[in-house]
Amino acid sequence: MLKIESRQFIKDHELYACIQCGKCTGGCPMAMKTKLNPRSLIYRIMLSGNGYDIEGREELWDCTTCNTCSSRCPKQVSPMETIIALRGAFVEKGRVHPNVKTALESTFRHGNPLTMPREDRAAWVGDLPVKLMADEVALNHNPDYLYFVGCTPSYDPRIQQVTRSIVNLFQQGGVDFGILGEEESCCGSEIRRLGEQGLFEMMVEEYQEVFKGYNIQKMFTTSPHCYNAFKNDYPKSGMKVQHYTEVLANRLASGDLKLSGNFEKKITYHDPCYLGKHNQVFDEPRAVLQSVPGVTLIEMDRSREKSLCCEGGGGRMWLEGTNPSTRLAQMRVNEALETGAEILATACPFCLLTLDEAVKHLNAQDKIRVMDVAEIAAQAL
Amino acid sequence: MVFTPKVGVYICHCGINIGATVDVPTVTEFASHLPGVTIARDYTYMCSDPGQNLIKKDIAELSLNRVVVASCSPRMHEPTFRATISDAGLNPYCFEMANIREQCSWVHPHGASTTIKAMELVASAVAKANHLQPLQVRQVSVIPAGVVIGGGIAGLQSALDIAEAGFQVTIVERSEILGGHVAMLHRTFPTLELTSALVNELIERVKNHPRINALTKAEVLEVGGYVGNFQVKVMHDNQVLDVPAGAIVVATGFEPFDAHRKPEYGYGVYPQVITTLDFEQFLNQKTEDGSSPRGCSGDPKSIIFIQCVGSRDQSIGNPYCSRICCMVTTKQALLARQRFPTADISVFYMDIRAYGKGFEEFYDQARAEGVLYRRGNPSEILQHGNRVVVRAEDTLLGEQVEIEADLVVLAVGMTPRTDTSVVAGLLKLARGADGFFMEAHPKLRPVETAMAGVFLAGACQGPKDISETISQARAAASAAMIPLMRGQIQVEAATSFVDEELCAGCGQCAQVCAYSALSLHPVRGVMTVNAVLCQGCGACAVTCPSGAINVNHFTFDQFFAQIESLSNGLELFTERSSKNSGSTAMLESEQLFRNESVVPKN
Repeated sequence: MLKIESRQFIKDHELYACIQCGKCTGGCPMAMKTKLNPRSLIYRIMLSGNGYDIEGREELWDCTTCNTCSSRCPKQVSPMETIIALRGAFVEKGRVHPNVKTALESTFRHGNPLTMPREDRAAWVGDLPVKLMADEVALNHNPDYLYFVGCTPSYDPRIQQVTRSIVNLFQQGGVDFGILGEEESCCGSEIRRLGEQGLFEMMVEEYQEVFKGYNIQKMFTTSPHCYNAFKNDYPKSGMKVQHYTEVLANRLASGDLKLSGNFEKKITYHDPCYLGKHNQVFDEPRAVLQSVPGVTLIEMDRSREKSLCCEGGGGRMWLEGTNPSTRLAQMRVNEALETGAEILATACPFCLLTLDEAVKHLNAQDKIRVMDVAEIAAQAL
Repeated sequence: MVFTPKVGVYICHCGINIGATVDVPTVTEFASHLPGVTIARDYTYMCSDPGQNLIKKDIAELSLNRVVVASCSPRMHEPTFRATISDAGLNPYCFEMANIREQCSWVHPHGASTTIKAMELVASAVAKANHLQPLQVRQVSVIPAGVVIGGGIAGLQSALDIAEAGFQVTIVERSEILGGHVAMLHRTFPTLELTSALVNELIERVKNHPRINALTKAEVLEVGGYVGNFQVKVMHDNQVLDVPAGAIVVATGFEPFDAHRKPEYGYGVYPQVITTLDFEQFLNQKTEDGSSPRGCSGDPKSIIFIQCVGSRDQSIGNPYCSRICCMVTTKQALLARQRFPTADISVFYMDIRAYGKGFEEFYDQARAEGVLYRRGNPSEILQHGNRVVVRAEDTLLGEQVEIEADLVVLAVGMTPRTDTSVVAGLLKLARGADGFFMEAHPKLRPVETAMAGVFLAGACQGPKDISETISQARAAASAAMIPLMRGQIQVEAATSFVDEELCAGCGQCAQVCAYSALSLHPVRGVMTVNAVLCQGCGACAVTCPSGAINVNHFTFDQFFAQIESLSNGLELFTERSSKNSGSTAMLESEQLFRNESVVPKN
């Protein structure tokens, strides 16, 4: 038995506003294949008197926090935040999957959920001329932007290619930026979404010191998850937070960066949930793709607000879910294949990894390739 | 001759509303000793006939020249008592009310301090009454004509009623045709009559009416003046017309919700997704040739209606219900059933609102004809070959469903017109949070606005169907006819006046006046007040650096008398109480004033 105190919970999350219209469940990508039913969950909490038992509700861990439910709710209830809060009740009692436990502890100890050593965080730099914030500030030079790299883009070998593409593009485009290097820790996005609010708040506090210390005015990120966390979850500080595609699109439009090479490919773009559904950034990544000479951009039916979640968010990189046999990423790759595209482009490390794996599962490596928008643009440098 | 005030004070019990909380006899006794007071009485219901007769009798027998009633809010009964004393021959402005109900007995518990407060309020009212002056109630004549802005059914019906009553009416319609949105419809609910018959009948009567001038492709540029004497500038045929009017009816209608704003439904992307308006226009075309709704090749085999598109939706800023869409869909589902007898027809809804006459029966009829109602607000629409797929949760099943359709009809709601702010600006109309024009009171004054002489009719005030529109249009016409038929209107006398000796013509008062009631006299170089526009708010009086402006019935003298009465109340009271032995309540109150402990009496 694991009961949450419903009366206060209902008030805190304004669940009384729900009229049970079902729009959330109707669009929930996980409701398609698991027992997760956001509408029904809210109803049961409303009916539960003063104790709602979440014992055995494993489907609470299926949620990818894609934001489809909350963005469409006509009464502005957030079933997503409700689920995150319920996860917190599990976390408080230590009732989490071993993978999640490992990831949380690793974040606490090493500043990343991937159990990688902190000293290796900037190893991807190699001999690229990338400035470190600490060095620059010591020379009394404050770079224009902080480039917040992120954990997966720092440590994952596949995504390191994306990171290096971004560095090349931005240096060519004359963007003055620095990275935190080993001082960088996880942004906390997945930590919060897994329900570990305490650890998240601690990370927020630490970062506020770092940002103040370096007087960061502007930053851009590799990952839409980091982007969303700094933009929306962290307290407002006046710091301008952007995703790298926004800055890149800007530089291409102003002519500061020119792409003169040719990349003759048919490309379809998958909108990451944390760029699109969470933050309405739909056009900038497309603008970048369309400025690459030779690119033909084909849209899938499920584009923009209807993009199909890759199942990578909400801590799902560490959780198989209750129905691992049907992967949404595979559905997505099939949708991409239907367009006749040669390349499935995206702008999120988690999307890239899950879609890449799906291509392999479907044995479609010779038909389609998954690439990040930055990698595609870098082809034309 | 020095004016000697002879004030009659009447304290009302209002049954137990005041009487159970305030010690009314004590207050009456207290009032009788106030300066200027000739007589003080109390009664259960002062506003009743016997209560009013008390006042009239005293005016006659005791030659009272000022009256104070301590009872409810002036908003409740000031007009009542003004009429009472007017009947008895006194000027109605020689009357003051002390609100000892809403401002005293209703908000405080029974006890000595509540009674003391009532006494203070009465003392203050009496102090003011001693300084009240009779005021001239003026009449201005009313132009016997009306202007109706908007030529849809609301405007047409209003115009007809005003014209039938004998007045000239000008209709100003922006588009080329009369009839508004109703002219675009096919059939009505719940009777399934042809809309064209209804609308054309109205249009014919309007066009043939000798006293109606219906201007199409015309626009209101400016509205000046005030109730009874509006000057409306109209642009028509590249000419600017000056149309005088005694009353104005605003009947500018609505706009349908733009379904592009719900991108997850694919309106404008998928040809199979249309709105109820699109469907209505399709049904309105010649129906014999077997044509199909645009986007459909051949007859649709599966039609899905989706309710509440753009309504009851905080995510796009329209939290309100658009009222008519449940019935519009029921009607179109029935008509679709007649046109496509073998099609599957479903309605995805959150609630079915079938509140009007014949509506529930109409809904019964639709289900009897095989229209399937499924509860769930669809989340998105996707493409599937040359059909579309509606994704929703059927909440009654508790399952996600994906239904294929050849035609999806979005029941779009009603929104305020995008040019609402322009019209609001012309007529100083208030708008509600939902953007529709705001009526003066949601229950009791549904067709009036805050601007006297300007009335609202139809969907511009809020979503409503044809029958409600006609009702409201006739109500607005009826309200508009009141000043027109009287031929004269009374001008509120509690307006500002300027002491021209003190006025320097600096114009600061005019800058703060929200009603444009002050202007500089071209010859005398002092400010003058338009007593009809002036609403007596007092902003000018406060602003004037010379103290040259006063508000009639709210003069500085009157205010200072009230303030003095309230701040000296204690002395007044204790002076009185020392002269009177008697009421233990008074002694108790006195003790309270002196911060001594009050022994509760039983």
